[in-house]
Amino acid sequence: MATLAVVGQSVYRKDANPKVTGRALHVGNIEMPGMLHVAVLRSLYPHARIIRIEKSRAERLDGVAAVLTGAEIAKMPGVDPYYGPAFRDQPILAVNKVCYVGDPVVAVAARDQRTAEDALQLVEVDYESLPAVVDVLEAVKPQSPLVHEKHRPAKAFADLAHVKGGQQSNICYHFKLRTGDVDKAFAEADKVFEDTFSSPPAQHMPMEPHVTLVYFDEQERLNVWTASQSPSYVRTELANTFGIPMHHIRVRVPYIGGGYGAKLYAKLEPLVTALALITKKPVRYALTREEEFLTITKHKVITKIKTAIKNGSITARKCEVFWDTGAYAEIGPRIGHKSGYTAAGPYRIPNVWIDSYCVYTNHVPAGAFRGFGVPQVIWAYDSQTDIIARAIGEDPVEFRLKPALEEGEPFATGTLVRSFGIKEAIRQAARAIEWSKPRAAQTGTKLRGKGIAAGVKAVLTPSISGAIVILNADGTANVLSSTVEMGQGSETTMGQIVAEELGIAFEQVHIVQPDTDVTPYDTITAGSRSTYHMGNAVRMAATKIKAELFEVVASKLEAHPDDLVVGNGRVFVRGIAERGMTISDIFLAKFGSLGTTLAAEAVCQPTASHMDPETGQSEKCTEYWFPSATAAEVEVDTETGQLKVLQLFSVGDTGTAINPRHCEQQLLGAAIMHLGLTLFEEMIFDGGQLVNGSLLDYQVASIKDIPRSFRPIVVEVPHESGPFGAKGAGETGALTVAPAIANAIQDATGVRIRGLPITPEKVLRALAEKKGEPMPKDSSQ
Amino acid sequence: MNREITLGINGREATIKVEDADTLLEVLRNRFKLWSVRESCGVGACGTCTVLLDGGPISSCFVLAVRVAGRQITTLEGLSDGQSLHGIQEAFVSERALQCAYCTPGFVLSVKALLDEIPNPSDEEISEYLSGNLCRCAGYADILRAVRLAQERLSTEAGRPRK
Repeated sequence: MATLAVVGQSVYRKDANPKVTGRALHVGNIEMPGMLHVAVLRSLYPHARIIRIEKSRAERLDGVAAVLTGAEIAKMPGVDPYYGPAFRDQPILAVNKVCYVGDPVVAVAARDQRTAEDALQLVEVDYESLPAVVDVLEAVKPQSPLVHEKHRPAKAFADLAHVKGGQQSNICYHFKLRTGDVDKAFAEADKVFEDTFSSPPAQHMPMEPHVTLVYFDEQERLNVWTASQSPSYVRTELANTFGIPMHHIRVRVPYIGGGYGAKLYAKLEPLVTALALITKKPVRYALTREEEFLTITKHKVITKIKTAIKNGSITARKCEVFWDTGAYAEIGPRIGHKSGYTAAGPYRIPNVWIDSYCVYTNHVPAGAFRGFGVPQVIWAYDSQTDIIARAIGEDPVEFRLKPALEEGEPFATGTLVRSFGIKEAIRQAARAIEWSKPRAAQTGTKLRGKGIAAGVKAVLTPSISGAIVILNADGTANVLSSTVEMGQGSETTMGQIVAEELGIAFEQVHIVQPDTDVTPYDTITAGSRSTYHMGNAVRMAATKIKAELFEVVASKLEAHPDDLVVGNGRVFVRGIAERGMTISDIFLAKFGSLGTTLAAEAVCQPTASHMDPETGQSEKCTEYWFPSATAAEVEVDTETGQLKVLQLFSVGDTGTAINPRHCEQQLLGAAIMHLGLTLFEEMIFDGGQLVNGSLLDYQVASIKDIPRSFRPIVVEVPHESGPFGAKGAGETGALTVAPAIANAIQDATGVRIRGLPITPEKVLRALAEKKGEPMPKDSSQ
Repeated sequence: MNREITLGINGREATIKVEDADTLLEVLRNRFKLWSVRESCGVGACGTCTVLLDGGPISSCFVLAVRVAGRQITTLEGLSDGQSLHGIQEAFVSERALQCAYCTPGFVLSVKALLDEIPNPSDEEISEYLSGNLCRCAGYADILRAVRLAQERLSTEAGRPRK
């Protein structure tokens, strides 16, 4: 392979200058003449019927342009009052009933924010309380109150085509995987391990809360500026919801201040569109931090996991995973499916049984969160793998390495794994933490321990990325892509790939920000899929342009196109740099002028093969995998339960690193974010009411929480069809942090924590229980 | 109630009418269109809206504009001359201490205040000083390195030896 000029180099971010000067465009900085501001009245009940809404006083307040209710939206001609990516179950504003505390009920658009908020004080709503269900394990019982009477599939994504509607149950999606004979294996086992693990709801907390600006332009076209990770989807959703043809909808996304999954699918866009339709004015809605907590969460998950051991090996694993998806399914079914099928781990296990249930409750809706549900299932399976290893006297690292899948072996779905560096990741993690070094004897009240965890995520398949590359006559290029730059560095990655393919300088590539008028369809910017999918699309488009350049040069210089290469803004014969042409000369030769462009489009669309609905078996369930391992060393203060993470190593197989520094940054950022989720993040609900929905009460990792010693380790197992062998890196560092910490705690103290977050109180209680002196239940009161 | 106040903003005096309830953040954004100042938590807990008040960092979402009448305010727009980057900004770029960068203006200004106050901070002092600024991309290691680099460059410029 020829040496690469830009790919594999840690070039600086394309967006560094606008960002470091604070000049980067954000939706919140866009103003329109006469723009209205929004405030929303939200439900105080977890589940209630709306009896009456009295809003005439609010409407009469000076400066108020509209006071809108769900009943009014339902009467708007041609408007579907419900939206959602898996089920059309979420009302733009509550219709007839509310389903969680925080459910939007009445929206005010007014000339300024304070007037909008004042108007809310003048709205009265009468409710009749309904029985609510706020426990996911209660919600699955047949006698539980129903959150929704019927389920209406959305049919928005190919991978969710199998989602069924019409059930009389809170289970809106049930994934099943069956392979081998689990019952027989349990009957014949030497030992059976059964554990239940829980992972709480949490908030994404992007520093920029959701914000959307909508206006109708002089052609009456719907214009949307929105902080979204999925501009193409937003356009489709608005077309379906409001009956507007797609060419009359323009969705633009500038830089966004973090997403982590929170800004996927439609969020504020349907409501702001409804307000703009009614008021005929530009309308902008920016969520407050408190509203952010009431908009989307990370799934609370309960996992029951049972594992059979025979002759020191895992012979069977049965997993029941319960996803609390809240009042509206959001993307819960996709998470229940894609994460569900990985719930037994990256191991060779002959008999596997998985039930993954996506369940409605009267909680804030849950959706995608960096890792797409996989951190929650790995929390269960790799905590238990460690429990088993220690219980049967095996070395935890060797116990994982032995059954870890090798290249070409079948995953639990039957899919043969490719580019699967799980063993290498485990080995690297063990080496970094000096696993095999003998431990010093421990005395006193500060105990140290080491832990390793491993796991794997599969990329969402099928999905689609389209891109257009335009080469200008001066040898610069514009790239049209709907991938959203949300901090991950996609502009830089795409710039490197296109520069490499066209043989031009990185600085000569400009990435056009998502604008559905000009940038082609892309499924979502999420799930670590952009480098592979959009990277392939921009590369293929550039390759097409290169072929056109080669055609001209071949005829001019009487060379064979196969002998031509690009570099330094020129096309030349391989090995004979002086026999070539500059891009400008090629344009002159082809067009006779320099004011021209060459454009090409390409689409990357990996497919999956059919998955059997009863057994979860599929010849190909995913395009590629993200193996992950984390090693941690902790110090536990046995008197206070306080935990110090002394060392943390985050290992991820990213495929070939297009930008090694950025891959490391992704691994580490995901790991530190998940360190916060492991140690203290939890949205606490009391009867459906969120009690810590503000940054005064909800803690996330700060600079003080980073371990004394920590390092990312990039494992590069090239993928045969990735762009230059790349896969992706956005989530890999998130996957295995929590079990690595819990495993280290057991190593240090012998106690096992099965519920996240791992607070000092939980550690102290576990230590007391181990001593045979359990603490009273209410000690915290 | 409406009041007329004078603020020194990025070195220029400005006299404006504000309402008592207007936060400094609202005034800087809505009246002066200083878009580097951004709201995030609204309760003074995340540092995103940090500006310098007479050189010291404050959360502008949590301060009423009338309370800072007559005082000097620096936003990121006022940190450099607009032609070139400030040494701290250069260090943030070099160390890639920004991702989504919504928190970056607040961080850069906090680092400015830190290095003005403690020219040679220890790791603990840096962590303590910056613990009020949150970065959800969690690029804290890069930010730490950027502080070190900025400190080195600024010390060299000022002719100060490094500790």
